Amino acid sequence: MTARALINVPRKAKRGDVIEIKTLISHVMESGFRTGTNGKTIPRDIITSFACTYNGEEIFATQFYPAVAANPFVTFYTIATDNGTLAFTWIGDNGFEVTQEAKIVVE
Amino acid sequence: MEKRLRLVAPALAIVLAAIASLAFAEIPLSQRRSGYEQMSREVKAMQDDDTSNPASLSVLDGEALWTRREGSAQKSCADCHHDAETSMRGVSARYPAFDAAKRRPLDIEQRINLCRTEKQQATPLPFESRDLLALTAYLGKQSRGMPIAVISDDDTKPFIEAGRQIYARRQGQLNLSCQNCHDDNAGQKLAGVELPQGHPTGYPLYRLEWQSLGSLQRRLRNCLFGMRAEPYAYGADEYVDLELFLMWRARGMTVETPAVRP
Amino acid sequence: MDAMARLLITRREAVLAGAAALSASALPAPAAALGQMDTAIRNVFGEATIRAGKVTLDLPPLVENGNTVPMTVSVESPMTKDNYVKAIHVFNDKNPQPNVISLKLSPRAGKAVIATRIRLAGTQKLTAIAEMSDGTLWSGTEEVVVTLAACLEDLP
Ligand code: HEC
Ligand code: HEC
Repeated sequence: MTARALINVPRKAKRGDVIEIKTLISHVMESGFRTGTNGKTIPRDIITSFACTYNGEEIFATQFYPAVAANPFVTFYTIATDNGTLAFTWIGDNGFEVTQEAKIVVE
Repeated sequence: MEKRLRLVAPALAIVLAAIASLAFAEIPLSQRRSGYEQMSREVKAMQDDDTSNPASLSVLDGEALWTRREGSAQKSCADCHHDAETSMRGVSARYPAFDAAKRRPLDIEQRINLCRTEKQQATPLPFESRDLLALTAYLGKQSRGMPIAVISDDDTKPFIEAGRQIYARRQGQLNLSCQNCHDDNAGQKLAGVELPQGHPTGYPLYRLEWQSLGSLQRRLRNCLFGMRAEPYAYGADEYVDLELFLMWRARGMTVETPAVRP
Repeated sequence: MDAMARLLITRREAVLAGAAALSASALPAPAAALGQMDTAIRNVFGEATIRAGKVTLDLPPLVENGNTVPMTVSVESPMTKDNYVKAIHVFNDKNPQPNVISLKLSPRAGKAVIATRIRLAGTQKLTAIAEMSDGTLWSGTEEVVVTLAACLEDLP
């Protein structure tokens, strides 16, 4: 099964409002510092970056390290400017890439 | 491994050895408390807000599996049970439930697998597999907020009793019973961990220690490890009897599935 | 103290007592080499001046489980076109790697506040550094007591 993400963006907002955006994605975030039962290090498998665009323009970008907890959760803010689409992209080790969108109506 | 219990169990064994007689009493119904109440503000908030609760991701997986055609019957759960919000409302709250054909109680995982094998003609899902946890989380969510209501009748009573006996029996190298921790010493702090009453109100749940979702059987396995006792095999009758007893002991308490625990 | 009472001391008390003993005996601090966190910070910002202030790290002071620790970083700053927070970097002192998370903001954020959940391998200090649009650097530091470290070695 593919990775699953949960995004919480208000459906509607007033122009100029600062809105809260919450995101959650399923990922083990294997740190690369743990040892398996065979005594070998378990290879790192983490999400390395997460970004959000609002109608195509990047409004927020982060770089993750192994210290980010499993199933990364990020809350951030943005100003509601226009009707449109917020696109969220998570990129990680082993070709991991997930994009999910949310619509917003701005009055 | 169960780090917290590795610390707590030996400490408790020493304490118990030092006390000659033990006053044992079952917790009065009105004094039962969910493990939720002992959690920090931050962990409570994680459980309370769906977007913040990592178990929500499994609920979504379960919702997708509900409508997926499976097995040689090529039927989905939804083909027979339709809308889970209606058909599965309150179902998890009364499991484990007696199965007339098997002449014993089945837990919700076994009940789902019965539909997998008999109705979908598919292979059963392994215990603790992502899909089985997802389906149990999705079904459990349909009982969230409802009172636990396992049935105690002539069919189930012998199994509740069998569960109670496992619960009360001292076992393992530390010679502890479940009761020693969860009834006699509940609310006490040992090695920094506050002993909960051990109610199964939130399963399957997301444990910070596991960094994933896990079933009630996985939780019980952790406790048995902590007691230095031999855990049963997943799906063993002993686990189901224990689950049934624990649910009966928690009767009337609110289902929190999918919960979060440290 | 009898055996029961001794065993019922919370680990928090034990940890705090231990920490107090340690800081008492370790004073005055020797001019020790930079810790991993300060080294990492210097690797990113070189010799630039970093002033304390404007940045608040909000973490529970005591956590039971280092696997999932909620953290909020907020920076006191306008978020206008020519005066805003450009980036925030969070560092730790005791994890196997000093970085926690780095993020880029724009005036479109409206406010410089982000929240996430992190892993902490034991009791330690965290520092967040904000890079402003005018190039100045500001920092905030917080200490967290972890009674159970993040699972960095053991398999579940
Ligand atoms: C072909 C139809 C069919 C399919 C497909 C099916 N079920 Fe069932 N299910 C039933 C019937 C009929 C019952 C009632 C008991 C019986 O006859 O076995 C039942 C009973 C149940 C129960 C117990 C309900 C109660 O009130 O105790 C659960 C839980 C359940 N099914 C879950 C599922 C899940 C989850 C799936 C998909 C993985 C599924 N079922 C697929 C027909 C189906
Ligand atoms: C040495 C004390 C000890 C013993 C003995 C013990 N447990 Fe536990 N149990 C704990 C602790 C401590 C927790 C809480 C988890 C943690 O913090 O590690 C727990 C948690 C639980 C929970 C989860 C409660 C929740 O809120 O989700 C259940 C259910 C449970 N135990 C049942 C049992 C059963 C059944 C047995 C006997 C087979 C048992 N325990 C034996 C200490 C014990």
